[in-house]
Amino acid sequence: MNNRIDVKKTYKLFINGAFPRTESGRTYEVKSAKGVFIANPCLASRKDLKDAVVAARAAQPGWNKATAYNKGQILYRLAEMLEGRRAQFVDEIITVTGVTKAKAEQEVSESIDRLVWYAGWSDKISSLSGALNPVAGPYYNFTIPESMGVIAAIAPETPSLLGLIDTVAPIIVSGNTLVVLASTKAPLSAMSFAEVIATSDVPAGVINILTGKKDEIAPWMASHMDIDGLDITGLTTKNHAEIRISGAENLKRIFSFKSHDPGRILAFMEAKTVWHPIGL
Amino acid sequence: MNFYGLVDGTDASLKHYLRELSGVDQVGADARAAMLATRSIKTTSKRWAIDTAISMVDLTTLEGADTVGKVQALCTKAVRPDPTDSSVPSVGAVCVYNDMVATARKHLDLVGGQHVGVAAVSTAFPSGRASMPVKIRDTQDALDAGASEIDMVIDRGAFLSGNYIDVFNEIVAIKALCGERAHLKVIFETGELVTYDNVRKASFLAMAAGADFIKTSTGKVVPAATAPVVLVMLEAVRDFYSMTQRRIGVKPAGGIRNTKDAIKQLVLVNETAGPEWLTPSLFRIGASALLNDLLMQRMKMDDGYYASPAYVTID
Amino acid sequence: MEIPVSFDYAPAPESRAIVSIKPKYGHFIAGKFVAGSKHFPTINPATEEVLSHIALAGKAEVDAAVKAARKAYTTTWSKMSGKERGKYLFRIARIMQERAREFAVLETLDNGKPIRESRDVDVPLAAAHFFYHAGWADKLEFAGLGTSTKPHGVAGQIIPWNFPLLMLAWKVAPALAAGNTVVLKPAESTSLTALLFAEVCQQAELPAGVVNIVTGDGSTGALIVNHPGIDKIAFTGSTDVGKIIARAVASTPKSVTLELGGKAANIIFEDAALDEAVEGIVNGIFFNQGHVCCAGSRLILQESIADEVLEKLKVRMAKIRVGDPMDKNTDVGAINSKEQLTKIIELTAAGDAEGAQRWSAPCELPTKGFWFAPTIFTGVTQAHRIAREEIFGPVLSVLTFRTPQEAIDKANNTPFGLSAGVWSEKGSRILWATQQLRAGVVWANTFNKFDPTSPFGGYKESGWGREGGRHGLSAYLKGVGHE
Repeated sequence: MNNRIDVKKTYKLFINGAFPRTESGRTYEVKSAKGVFIANPCLASRKDLKDAVVAARAAQPGWNKATAYNKGQILYRLAEMLEGRRAQFVDEIITVTGVTKAKAEQEVSESIDRLVWYAGWSDKISSLSGALNPVAGPYYNFTIPESMGVIAAIAPETPSLLGLIDTVAPIIVSGNTLVVLASTKAPLSAMSFAEVIATSDVPAGVINILTGKKDEIAPWMASHMDIDGLDITGLTTKNHAEIRISGAENLKRIFSFKSHDPGRILAFMEAKTVWHPIGL
Repeated sequence: MNFYGLVDGTDASLKHYLRELSGVDQVGADARAAMLATRSIKTTSKRWAIDTAISMVDLTTLEGADTVGKVQALCTKAVRPDPTDSSVPSVGAVCVYNDMVATARKHLDLVGGQHVGVAAVSTAFPSGRASMPVKIRDTQDALDAGASEIDMVIDRGAFLSGNYIDVFNEIVAIKALCGERAHLKVIFETGELVTYDNVRKASFLAMAAGADFIKTSTGKVVPAATAPVVLVMLEAVRDFYSMTQRRIGVKPAGGIRNTKDAIKQLVLVNETAGPEWLTPSLFRIGASALLNDLLMQRMKMDDGYYASPAYVTID
Repeated sequence: MEIPVSFDYAPAPESRAIVSIKPKYGHFIAGKFVAGSKHFPTINPATEEVLSHIALAGKAEVDAAVKAARKAYTTTWSKMSGKERGKYLFRIARIMQERAREFAVLETLDNGKPIRESRDVDVPLAAAHFFYHAGWADKLEFAGLGTSTKPHGVAGQIIPWNFPLLMLAWKVAPALAAGNTVVLKPAESTSLTALLFAEVCQQAELPAGVVNIVTGDGSTGALIVNHPGIDKIAFTGSTDVGKIIARAVASTPKSVTLELGGKAANIIFEDAALDEAVEGIVNGIFFNQGHVCCAGSRLILQESIADEVLEKLKVRMAKIRVGDPMDKNTDVGAINSKEQLTKIIELTAAGDAEGAQRWSAPCELPTKGFWFAPTIFTGVTQAHRIAREEIFGPVLSVLTFRTPQEAIDKANNTPFGLSAGVWSEKGSRILWATQQLRAGVVWANTFNKFDPTSPFGGYKESGWGREGGRHGLSAYLKGVGHE
């Protein structure tokens, strides 16, 4: 070991493809499992959320329009980028959570594999969930799932990387754009994942990542009228009612999840039914 | 020539005119016709409809086996559909092949039916497959024999192959022959045109070319005067009126066999082209068996009990 | 017989002899009709005649209904095989078909809708919903909703007054097919067909308590929504009430589906089949007096054809037959209630005040009852209240557009997202527009078509979930992947 001072990373937010600091100027301290200072990530404010929603809304039509094949490749590209940087993620997970290397390796591997899994859903979910409806009349009638719009999410505290991937991937694979609040205690994986996003082909604004406090951001997510859906998997159950009450103002679709399955993708899709006459 | 200022007689202007027409959605047209078929016409309105329908009948015989005797009997019936009831109106016209026109005219006049027209089917009815000189001669024969109405067929082959100008010119030529002497009805044979888009196109083509009436069918092809086809034609005459201020008549023919069918036709007229068309000068029904059913229904309404075919004449 | 001089259709009234309405009704709980404590009158909105007196369920009645539903769920319905459950639903479908005329007449008397619609739309579709869902009862594991789905238990269902029997069918059929038992509350002003449906349940020998019907007003609805013994709430009605329900159940484990309001755009491109488009406009907004959540209440016309379409529309509207709902030739019947009429009058007055031009079809309205002539407003912009708020009556707001994108932007510029219509003879444009429209149901070259196989439900503030089709089943099953 030499005496070189290593260059530490400044953890910022990820909004519209850029890494701004929080407009509030606030940070909070993240410490390792052993209590050692690691970083001062941003303590995002409601205004950061507002900016992120603007970015997500602007990005949504373009992302929605991308072909399923294209979206699948972009999710797969995320997996490729994550694979290439797995060592960094393993280190961060160990540092922040104190888990064994084997456990950290496992989480990163699962995260990569999960991205690949969701990538493959992009061009299958419509076939699976769509329907041709045999109506009693001379009409062609079909139902297709469509993206819902802008979704906000509270990622689970742990596992910080896999939980984030399980939140992000099913939401964006269908064409939604997203504002996600990362694990409060372990936000490093999320912000490093933002670097993965920035170096992949995900268009700016499709995934926006905030760090900060759930209690502070979640109510603003719930009440924001330009957010269509809300994933509260990362929010403790005792806060669900308050969020649901607030979210009722624009009838947000609010869900929490216990597993990863196609239902998680469909939760933030809308079924559209189209009728057209059949005639000469 | 000036065809209502809509076309100038060239192929290009005709194509442009026809291309401007909006399409017809088959399912929507079927649904509208089916909805109008649910109209429930009862009591006094039914009685009005029966008499009106009788006065609109083009009492038709178009058989290879037609004879002078058969045509004379038809003419007698046309003038006095119910010999026992003079309040029954005469039909609109009798409709025959052109060799029977003189017979029909003479017999109608003989039995007091000067007000009943004679319609002659023309232009190589029913197929329309003859040369233009033959079609002209065919029509001229009928006119010379005293036909007051000419029911010409269009050349469906020409229409279906997109030679609209040929169809147009034939109508123009026959119309010129008819002049002021006879009303021109143009038969599309909608069962062969198949699509409602074609029916609409043919309607506008014929109206611009000078048709006084547009007529669905020869009666020799199935399907004939289906309700949606008549609906589409009624929409066409309505729209043509708003374009030109001229009312063109409509004649469904074929498949209208009973009172219920006839009343459905009148409902279509009433709610599509409008009540102005509810007159024999703008709406005719080409039929043969229909008349007796109208008469039986009329008896039932007047007498209060169901009629028997034994009480209506079979001619 | 005096023969008229023109073709004025003589009255053709459907006979009401087929129905027998009791002077007073109770609730249907645990397979039996039980007397109510308090009652309120239900009237025929076309005549203001009091048809009967409907019981107002309070806490005791709702408790009893929930208890009966729970007992039926635990002891009978959840233990019965899907195959057997399905057969009960088939029975119900058949009995509804057998008694179709009776249902239609009763619906028209109680609701004010034309007999032609209750006869040709409401009742046949209601029976079809039971027939369709009957077949699902023993095939749920193949519905593609996961392999570990289960019924919720007891479903509380609150339905509106615009399609009383049909909405009952949309609610009860899938609930029962999925294995739930139900407590259903019909709308205050239209309870009679639900009570007749209770008789059908008896004739079908449906086990006691599987279907319970309590009548009442919003207070009864609130008792159902807030009842701890209910596992699932399904509501069709206004967006305002939908939000109240969403909040009310927020702190409970209750699952909720909502079918709420709409302000559907009906977009007509210049290449549309115009006559059918005009029919679609009329059917879109004047069907069922415009008391339709998915009504095409905003007509969005391409400017190049606006005058022509409006002229055709006015000609067509002049043919609309407004009047006695029992007359078989009536197209538009009575407004369902005085309250609703007041709301329509208030909103249309706002249209006048905001400078839109009103045109109403020339028609003679009956002196008794609640009536509103089919009306259009031209010169409407996105900023007008009549372009934003759901009128829920026979009132059409007309807007125009210049480019396809402008049409879509206007159509989507609403917090609602239930339905939309688009008319064009160009296939690629139709598909583009259907893709762009943010609405759960898009009718392309048609409007207001419904079928039990076809999922129905809205985006955004038009609700949560779908009804009908494979998608509608998930509303009545838990374990479909999220909660």
